Amino acid sequence: MKLQVADLNSFYGPAHILFDIALEVGEGEVVALLGRNGAGKSTTFRSIVGLVENRSGRIMFEGKDVSREPTHAIVRGGLGYVPEERRIFTELTVDENLEVGRQPKRPNAPYWTREKLFTLFPNLGEMRNRPGGRMSGGEQQMLTIARTLMGNPSLVLLDEPSEGLSPKIVEQMVDAILAMKKEGVSIVVSEQNLHFARLISDRAYIIERGKICFGGTMAELDARPDIRDAHLSL
Amino acid sequence: MRGYLRGSNSQRQPRTAIQVSWFETRGVAALLTMRDYPTLILRRREAPSRRMKARYFTNAGPPMAFYFVQFLTGLASAASLFLVASGLSIIFGVTRIVNFAHGAFYMLGAYVAFTLTERFAGALGFWGGIVAAALVVAVVGVLVEMVLLRRIYHAPELFQLLATFGLTLMVQDIVVMIWGPDDLLGRRAPGFKGAVDFFGQNIPSYDLFLIGLSPVVLGILWLLFQRTRWGVLVRAATQDRDMVAALGVNQKWLFTSVFALGVFLAALGGALQIPRDAVHHALDLRIIVEVFVVVVIGGLGSIIGAFVAAVLVSELNAFGILIFPKISIILVFLVMAVVLIVRPWGLFGKPEAAARRTPGLTVNPWRPLTSAERLMSVGALALAAMLPLFAGNYALTVGSEIAIFVIFAASLHFLMSVGGLASFGHAAYFGLGAYGVAFLAKAAGLPMIVSLLLGPVLGLLGAAVFGFFAVQLSGVYFAMLTLAFAQIVWSIAFQWVSVTGGDNGILGVWPDKWAAGPAAFYWLSLAIAAFAVVVLRVIVFSPFGFALRATRDSPLRSEAIGINGKRVQWTAFVIAGTVAGIGGALFAYLKGSVFPDSLGISLSVDALVMVLLGGVETVSGAVIGAIVFKAANIWLVSQTDLSKLVLGGFIVLMVVAFPKGIVGTLETIWNRRRSTEDKKSALATSRVEVAE
Repeated sequence: MKLQVADLNSFYGPAHILFDIALEVGEGEVVALLGRNGAGKSTTFRSIVGLVENRSGRIMFEGKDVSREPTHAIVRGGLGYVPEERRIFTELTVDENLEVGRQPKRPNAPYWTREKLFTLFPNLGEMRNRPGGRMSGGEQQMLTIARTLMGNPSLVLLDEPSEGLSPKIVEQMVDAILAMKKEGVSIVVSEQNLHFARLISDRAYIIERGKICFGGTMAELDARPDIRDAHLSL
Repeated sequence: MRGYLRGSNSQRQPRTAIQVSWFETRGVAALLTMRDYPTLILRRREAPSRRMKARYFTNAGPPMAFYFVQFLTGLASAASLFLVASGLSIIFGVTRIVNFAHGAFYMLGAYVAFTLTERFAGALGFWGGIVAAALVVAVVGVLVEMVLLRRIYHAPELFQLLATFGLTLMVQDIVVMIWGPDDLLGRRAPGFKGAVDFFGQNIPSYDLFLIGLSPVVLGILWLLFQRTRWGVLVRAATQDRDMVAALGVNQKWLFTSVFALGVFLAALGGALQIPRDAVHHALDLRIIVEVFVVVVIGGLGSIIGAFVAAVLVSELNAFGILIFPKISIILVFLVMAVVLIVRPWGLFGKPEAAARRTPGLTVNPWRPLTSAERLMSVGALALAAMLPLFAGNYALTVGSEIAIFVIFAASLHFLMSVGGLASFGHAAYFGLGAYGVAFLAKAAGLPMIVSLLLGPVLGLLGAAVFGFFAVQLSGVYFAMLTLAFAQIVWSIAFQWVSVTGGDNGILGVWPDKWAAGPAAFYWLSLAIAAFAVVVLRVIVFSPFGFALRATRDSPLRSEAIGINGKRVQWTAFVIAGTVAGIGGALFAYLKGSVFPDSLGISLSVDALVMVLLGGVETVSGAVIGAIVFKAANIWLVSQTDLSKLVLGGFIVLMVVAFPKGIVGTLETIWNRRRSTEDKKSALATSRVEVAE
């Protein structure tokens, strides 16, 4: 098991956000975390990488409990995180953005060089010296993913990669995610868009009001239209 | 300028520094030290001596040469200023801390360099000593960062400014303990001992060295930030610290290394001054105010901005002295005010995203006093009013002073807790009130009642003018601008000797007969203090108070419901300034005199500490804070010579351990107890977290 989360509870101040979240990701698997706006998808990811400080539970990554480690140590261990708001360094060029993400080669994870990433995201290769602030939304989304891949993660948490992108860019995104999977990166992708999730995922969880209310393969999800309609807005 | 001073006048210049002696505001020692610490302004801002003027006007070189030399002198002065300011900027960029202690590191650099260059002979000893001094101080900086700053990175700006100010105070006493109180004259730089003749004007060759040095440093910094991985990480962290951590970079060490570099630059700036300037223990505040001005003009976080602004400020000083010998400092502050109004984020800075909230980490919901609490307050007041029945004259004088500082602290509290505007120059309005009374009583000969009523009007006017500009800004910029305005007022009081008496002050401001007795004056002060506190409380819970708090908590939302935020804040500023002026007016009568110290930084910081001690987030914590602080302070000064060390340590401790202050801590305990007693009421009074 690549990643195993159990009994995860998170708080923002006095507000209880996540309730006993449990999810699992296998080696090389792509798992979708589906849910409406505000259901707790981003908080789940932020809790896993330690950006939400007030949390409890077990987060086993590659057999090791990382729930007590600081964010940078978790990420260095090979757990990459691509935030929802992209959070490109707007003052830095594409090359410099990638440099921030660069980490040493890891034995059990695919190794990414700039050149390899530029074949995955050809647009980026053409604007290596452009400041992040002067890129389109789609280009920025690609840059955040590339930046995280520079850390050679064995698992990536992708927070709503299709959000706000044009259909054409979404297609490119699907290709990129499938290419990552082919390289051997395990992926958890949070989505509101079931159609997009279906194109890339092996399995899915549905989260609603901070609780996991479904977990299973995409086929199992399709077999339960009641659940789908109750928890996802299509 | 040192060059021509040396040439024209071999005598030692009198001690000159932006002067903040903690003892002076503390009464007893004031008169003893007043003489030793005269002027506000840097040596180089003094008027050209007569002999020098004579040389210039008679047979010396052409005027152009003189102006050129003056220009070069300005450039040389810019070097150290740039080093220190760039250090401050770099640290702010990444850690978001405005490091008040930067001046202290500058001063430490000078002292350590003095010791090292004295100990080791030869050119290698000198230059090696300079660099080694900067490295030693950088190590000290690293320790400070790891022990202190790491604990307060997420605290509001006010706490960070105060903690680093506390550090500055401690360093002042420590430096005197190690190196003694006297000025130290360092070695001249080997290889740069002479002067270069330029059409009859002398330029010290060391000045030329400094002029060449700053572009080199600028270039090195540029390479460091643009061409190294470390530089890329630092620039990334400047924009988004959390994201850098989420990419696997250990922020802690990044912050520590940035802080080390910043402190190294400050200490290097100090160390390089020793061939030009005497080393003394007031260097820190002198440089820090100038550096604040530089980074505010240049833009916090911008190195290029620091460079340009350092040159600009130094040249304004160098030429300002020729144009306005008496008020050269005002020129610089005026330029700063103009820059801030036109580009609030500085010439090369970038507009900040929404500023972090100034008041604290959590807010207990505010409510008016219950009738029982009102009764208790009245009882406490009645008890205080009985003091003259059993206390002696000294105790009554202390009591009056405490009452006055309750007024002062309550006024600042109103501005910073209710208004969310943490002023670092609130003493300006206190002092203006005091001077207002002194003018009316001495010059116009008005009776006490009239002076007391009209004196604070000067504070009101000052607050109206400065407040208008200040409320255009928020956060650290607001703090720095208010500090600068206070320094303007201070320097006017100091330099306009014919009107204000300069540092001799205005003496003989005595109360009328009916209030002359200690008991009568105490009752008067107590009554006015009680009145002021009640009025401020009423305002807090008035519609205006709600509008003010709404503007503090969410400028955009309050704007959207039709509140004119700037006008509300301006009004609050004027109210706070006027109340402070009332305190100052009483203070003038209490002391029978007015000195520029009533406008000084130390008094402004005292007020901040009082508010903080009482509790920033409480409605009337400042009252308790003022009483405790003032009483402890008067006692402390009588007990130890190291009051700055103790006070500084106390401030640091308070920021780290009790950021909620006395009243805030008590309220939290009270609320917690109630919530365990009664779960339902716990819901109502539960603390509302202010998410950062």
